[in-house]
Amino acid sequence: MSRRRVHEEDDGYDRAYRKRRRVSENQEIEDRLESLILRVGEKSTSSLESNLEGLASVLEADLGTFRMKILRILTDCAIKMPEKCTIYTTLVGLLNAKNFNFGGEFVDYMVRTFKDSLKACKWDAARYALRFLADLVNCHVLSAVSLLQLLDNMIDAANEDSVPQVRKDWYVFAILSTLPWVGRELYEKKESALEHLLVSIEIFLNKRAKKHHNALRVWSIDIPHPQEEYLDCLWSQIRKLKQDNWAEKHIPRPYLAFDSILCEALQHALPSIVPPPHHASYQYPMPWVVFRMFDYTDCPEGPIMPGAHSIERFLIEEHLHSIIDMYHLERKDCAAHLLNFPYKLKIPLEYCIVEVIFAELFHMPSPRFLEIAYGSILIELCKLQPSTMPQVLAQATEILFMRIDTMNVSCFDRFVLWFAYHLSNFQFRWSWEDWGSCLTLDNEHPKPKFIREVMMKCMRLSYYQRITEILPEPFSRFVPVKGEPNYKYAKDGAASLPGTSAAHQLVVSIRQKCTPEEVLGVLKDLPNLRSEEEPERRFNPLKIDVFVQTLLHLGSKSFSHSFAAISKFHYVFKILAESEEAQICVLRNMFELWTTHQQMMIVLVDKMLKTQIVECSAVANWIFSKEMVQEFTKMYLWEMLHLTIKKMNKHVIKLSGELNDAREKLARAESSSSESEDEEGTGKKKSENAEKPTEEMVERMEERLEVAQADQKNLFLIIFQRFIMILSEHLVRCDTDGRDYNTHWYRWTIGRLQQVFLEHHEQVRKYSSTLETLLFTQDIDVHILEVFQQFVSMQS
Amino acid sequence: MSTFSSTSVELSSYRDQHFKGTRTEQDKLLRLSTTLYVGNLSFYTTEEQIYELFSRCGDIRRVIMGLDKYKKTPCGFCFVEYYNRSDAENCLRYINGTRLDDRIVRTDWDAGFIEGRQYGRGKTGGQVRDEYRTDFDSGRGGYGKIVQQKLGGSDGPFGR
Repeated sequence: MSRRRVHEEDDGYDRAYRKRRRVSENQEIEDRLESLILRVGEKSTSSLESNLEGLASVLEADLGTFRMKILRILTDCAIKMPEKCTIYTTLVGLLNAKNFNFGGEFVDYMVRTFKDSLKACKWDAARYALRFLADLVNCHVLSAVSLLQLLDNMIDAANEDSVPQVRKDWYVFAILSTLPWVGRELYEKKESALEHLLVSIEIFLNKRAKKHHNALRVWSIDIPHPQEEYLDCLWSQIRKLKQDNWAEKHIPRPYLAFDSILCEALQHALPSIVPPPHHASYQYPMPWVVFRMFDYTDCPEGPIMPGAHSIERFLIEEHLHSIIDMYHLERKDCAAHLLNFPYKLKIPLEYCIVEVIFAELFHMPSPRFLEIAYGSILIELCKLQPSTMPQVLAQATEILFMRIDTMNVSCFDRFVLWFAYHLSNFQFRWSWEDWGSCLTLDNEHPKPKFIREVMMKCMRLSYYQRITEILPEPFSRFVPVKGEPNYKYAKDGAASLPGTSAAHQLVVSIRQKCTPEEVLGVLKDLPNLRSEEEPERRFNPLKIDVFVQTLLHLGSKSFSHSFAAISKFHYVFKILAESEEAQICVLRNMFELWTTHQQMMIVLVDKMLKTQIVECSAVANWIFSKEMVQEFTKMYLWEMLHLTIKKMNKHVIKLSGELNDAREKLARAESSSSESEDEEGTGKKKSENAEKPTEEMVERMEERLEVAQADQKNLFLIIFQRFIMILSEHLVRCDTDGRDYNTHWYRWTIGRLQQVFLEHHEQVRKYSSTLETLLFTQDIDVHILEVFQQFVSMQS
Repeated sequence: MSTFSSTSVELSSYRDQHFKGTRTEQDKLLRLSTTLYVGNLSFYTTEEQIYELFSRCGDIRRVIMGLDKYKKTPCGFCFVEYYNRSDAENCLRYINGTRLDDRIVRTDWDAGFIEGRQYGRGKTGGQVRDEYRTDFDSGRGGYGKIVQQKLGGSDGPFGR
């Protein structure tokens, strides 16, 4: 049908205009308008200017009937497609020139969007709305003076007392991030007011506390690239832009072509906008550290990498991050759009993309999307650009490896996971020999540790024999030990062990499909070597030893076999291991059997937590116990700790969510039942009562949540206390012996402490004051206290 | 304004012909499912490898290895069940079409595991596709079964 063909054409606004007259359905017109507006600025056979002109005419004619719809679509585009900001501001400018009232209505609409976003804590939307408003000054829709008034009000918000630092920071960040668009115009029209604004910002920045900076850095040193705090970096970039007389060359400015038309338009003044006051429930964006791994020396001939303090760098990065944000759910589209970056001929695109992706992967405290999302997007990029992307990625990996000794622990883990995953998609091919320098380093040095941990992850993704084949001979020490059970009751010397005959009997019984009761029967006569202990805390370590090691050995063929075994004899676990000490004994025996198979231990701990064979606190105490000292700097131990904490967190969050739902339902039911009392009879009431939770139910939910939160608090207290103890011990001993405290072990351990704060900051935050009062007091070592203080400053 | 629909997580055109129920019922289950079918695995790919890769999208509830109906050995597919549908969706986004054990794996929605569905439905006990396959695939027993019979039953070289 001819209508459909017109619909699909990108250009030919004139044709659309003529054909449109014949169409009577409002919905079809609305859809067409929406489509035209959404796609303006995309690839077209006509110039952008003529498309904008045509579209403005079309829309002007439709303002009568479709005013609201057009307002909504334009505002939506402004917020959802910030990279096309100047295209839409030009469009609004042209419309304003044709229809002053519409211009005013649009401004009001956009102002409302801005204010609503602030109240709803939609910070990116607010910033894009602000940027749009600022750019409208360039299009003669708004007066510079009224924009400056708004910016001044925002500075006032930044200088308020008794509000979170992160709130104040956001307001300044929002102002600064509009200046690339409107700085020049303000400089030309209102230089002194602009200067005044900048001075206020500078004063604000000088006063800021930036304790969080160190917690959020990827690398602890600033060589070769400073890891700048985000606001400091943007300020430097704006200052440089100012030095260049606000001459900004990156942002396309279609309104320049329409200057003569737009100059004729009357400007509007912004209504007075006061930022909504702070509310305790408001959550502000967290600060971040700007990730830099490349500079112009890293990129071969071709377009030059913009300098760290050039505003271009900021604009390019922001744009690339927003592409990832928009397309992260479709990795192929994401890769395609990244490679199709509109200004790619002006920049070393692959380097910018790789830097931005690693910036997200290594973002502190945690990446905004799944780590595997970034890994798979990088693979797609390599597929789409096989002649350049793999080389850049290899270069990036090389750089990351070279600087790994100052990388924070959380990022180290992510780098290990990513690299193993990436290798597994490319037949594990890598030029290991290039890393030969690490062969002379201490085992605990990050470089050899990285290779060792990568190999273990690679082994999990493939199999032992394969891993022995991928490393060259000098690197053979990094080949992991093959994960196999070590069942002492079937080895030489078993005869001298106290549990052997029971163990052998148990094997036979279980193979004959005995019941849990029968298992207890087999274990019945094993002596308890702890009989002096109090009866309540009595457990029989030997029984646990024989049972756990034998059962898990019988299930050693696969995870499923082990899970089935645990499930079948769950009752025996519960009988034998009621107390925390007994549960730690279970874990110890699991470890004794499976020492070389880290992955198996992780899934077993996970399973035992899920089936409540062990409590979270038991796992935590076991990890910090003397027996695990040798394992302390191995990644898998921390995998276990974090999965334990996450389970606890999930449990609390779930109960909390259920409670809130129930409370809401109850409140709704109460308010509606008081209304409908005089209305229809029993039928309606009956169904309401069936759905509504009783007060008693809500109370019980509250109790359950309280218990869970107490457990959660207890878990964090245990973990932090143990950290403080071992770190203090180390610091004191080094001080006494006159040794340098800053050993590999120390760096790993303090890094792991920091990791607990950062990875679980949302939950830990609830207990900050308890932690401050009970554990992180002024008398503990300043190095340990600093970690806590940095954490606190992240959301202050 | 609708922006970008997520095509990776849509239902594919495959429907299990052995499903007991109407097409509508099947589609409903597929739309609510937290279980994925994973195909094109090597016969030697282990549960452990599957756990390692698929854990990266979320907490796994269980993995059920697909088995040859007669030999009861892995025959190149499995089911991965999550607790949340969103975790399974992420698999479709980020794992589907990437490699495990050097092979490109394919993931798709499954209506839910029922005892018996872990067995291959091919005549010789493996997956149907391995009956008719004409290429040589050393990770999946060499030539397809029908081709093998024609060649006088020669298997590919034994794997690792």
